[in-house]
Amino acid sequence: MDLTRRQALALGSATLAIASLSGLPAFASLTDEAITALTGGADVTEGGIDLIAPEIAENGNTVPVEVSAPGAVEIALFAAGNPTPAVATFKFGPLAGSRSGSTRIRLAKTQQVVAIAKMEDGSFRKTSATVKVTIGGCGG
Amino acid sequence: MISRRDYMQTSMAAAALYGASGFGNWARVAAQQSLTQDKLLEFDTYGNVSLIHITDIHAQLKPIYFREPSVNIGVGGNNGAVPHVTGADFRKLYGIDDGSASAYALSHSDFSSLAQAYGRVGGIDRVATVIKSIRAARPDALLLDGGDTWHGSYTCYQTAGQDMVNVMNALKPDAMTFHWEFTLGSERVSEIVEGLPFAALGQNIFDAEWNEPTELFPPYKFFETGGVKVAVIGQAFPYMPIANPGWMFPEYSFGIRDERMQEMVDEVRAKGAELVVCLSHNGFDVDKQMAGKVSGIDVILSGHTHDALPEPVLVGETIIVASGSNGKFVSRVDLDVRNGRMMGFRHKLIPIFSDVITPDAEVAQLIDAQRAPYVDQLGEVIGRTGDDQTLYRRGNFNGTWDDLICDALISEREADIALSPGVRWGPSILPGQDITREDIWNVTSMTYGEAYRTEMTGEFLHVILEDVADNLFNPDPYYQQGGDMVRVGGLGYRIDVSKPQGSRITEMTLLKTGELIDPSRTYQVAGWASVNEDTEGPKIWDVVEAHIAKQGTISLDPNNSVKVVGA
Repeated sequence: MDLTRRQALALGSATLAIASLSGLPAFASLTDEAITALTGGADVTEGGIDLIAPEIAENGNTVPVEVSAPGAVEIALFAAGNPTPAVATFKFGPLAGSRSGSTRIRLAKTQQVVAIAKMEDGSFRKTSATVKVTIGGCGG
Repeated sequence: MISRRDYMQTSMAAAALYGASGFGNWARVAAQQSLTQDKLLEFDTYGNVSLIHITDIHAQLKPIYFREPSVNIGVGGNNGAVPHVTGADFRKLYGIDDGSASAYALSHSDFSSLAQAYGRVGGIDRVATVIKSIRAARPDALLLDGGDTWHGSYTCYQTAGQDMVNVMNALKPDAMTFHWEFTLGSERVSEIVEGLPFAALGQNIFDAEWNEPTELFPPYKFFETGGVKVAVIGQAFPYMPIANPGWMFPEYSFGIRDERMQEMVDEVRAKGAELVVCLSHNGFDVDKQMAGKVSGIDVILSGHTHDALPEPVLVGETIIVASGSNGKFVSRVDLDVRNGRMMGFRHKLIPIFSDVITPDAEVAQLIDAQRAPYVDQLGEVIGRTGDDQTLYRRGNFNGTWDDLICDALISEREADIALSPGVRWGPSILPGQDITREDIWNVTSMTYGEAYRTEMTGEFLHVILEDVADNLFNPDPYYQQGGDMVRVGGLGYRIDVSKPQGSRITEMTLLKTGELIDPSRTYQVAGWASVNEDTEGPKIWDVVEAHIAKQGTISLDPNNSVKVVGA
């Protein structure tokens, strides 16, 4: 893959693992399965994690997203409507200056982008955002 | 101890023209005024800061007619809330008498007869007179242009925006933000912006490659006025590359970016801003939602959705001012700012009745100089409207101008179905009025005006209607793009605005046969204003001109082909 500057910056402070985009047909539960695999079924609470994504994608092929969760050791991103929901996992060591990462993702259609953070105390946090992918039209 | 909010409301109650709840005495005051320039401009100067807001001029330098919408549906939390109130309900809400000057300026009812009585509106030479009068009372009043200024007329197109730049510069604005300007192409935009004698602001204008702020468009600018440190933060139209052709300005990315708006508000407050003004092209419902999420903005000057509201809307401690479009209105907002806080304000939406307000001679001359090279082209009469035929555009579903444009597309391009963009600009034409080339350009001019002809399946037509409907009727304002529904010719449909995307549009019917649209069948579709690069076809203004010339006198059948439910 070609590294964008943003991704290179993210690599500077975190270990970025891009999941394979090829894979199985889409199931709505794929994201839930992946989240369960990550959390081991533990409770996930909303809040304590920020996800910045555009409300409407300017280009569904490259949608900029940013996640941050102070105190996280790991943040995983999922695109729930993609054939393969797993997008990226950012891991943070104890010396990481900020627990944040950004990348660009491809979204097949309008869908929820979900971010799960594993915190230093072993708890999990979750947030999500709807990103609309539209064919475009006319604004007044 | 009196809270800031209590103090503001006490102060507001004392302000003669203000009502925080949406019910005020604006109209009573207005109705008591006979139409004179002095009365229109009458304003008891208040506090220590004055803002002058004009927005969405769409290159209308000369006075025009402009009919306000009869259908403007609000969804979700905005159902029945201003600006989604029209006609008699609107007049009742603000206590406006039927047939009054205010009724003519602000609502659609009896439009053509009231237009005969009250005349044309707008004209930037009249706007100049209003601005000069406000500056006479408050010399350091800030003039803020909400954008959609360098687009929308024959001369603006021919000069790539230069006519508007020349005239607006004479008004000496202090700052501006943007939307249609970008459809001039990023190179031309840079060329103009680099030479602007005022601030070009947009906290949400980003470099697309790096997703970082740009140098050309700073997020905010500080002004010292009346001893008050005022920060003006710009907010450009968030959905430019989606609603307009992104390939014309690929270097830029936009979005609402309300988290950065909050950062900018915090930053200017930390730098000592006593008053924070957001000059916005978000559209009214998006501004309302943003005002609820971002704290610390005192005033949002709202543009894009072309709403004209006689009183500001209060969200938390933020007032939102909507100043109409096409040069029809100027808003004046006087503020009392003390100890770093907005303590109260007074507001007036000033309708620009062109027969009542004397044109500023200098600006009138400058406007005529811009038009001089094109006068013969502009004034050529192509046809006229029938005695019962008004041409207008505004409204959620169709206007007669678009019915005429769709007729032109179907007949000139031999199509089954026509699509016309749901833009909100474009002045109106009265019954029995000549239609000039300028009039046609006023409703069609753009840098991507190719009238395409293509084949579409019934299924794809359904996808298009559903997609555009969601831009308008998504219950979350942040997912609305601020235009109206795509206009259709040769096609009828039923829309339930309360349904989610994908299930709003049913009963799509091909009007010429009365048959339901077959998802798998292919139809010949003509349209214009495609956002796709390399769209081919004659220019829409030439298509419409040819059609009008053939018709001579325009008389349209009433369009009842869209059934709206769930509103």
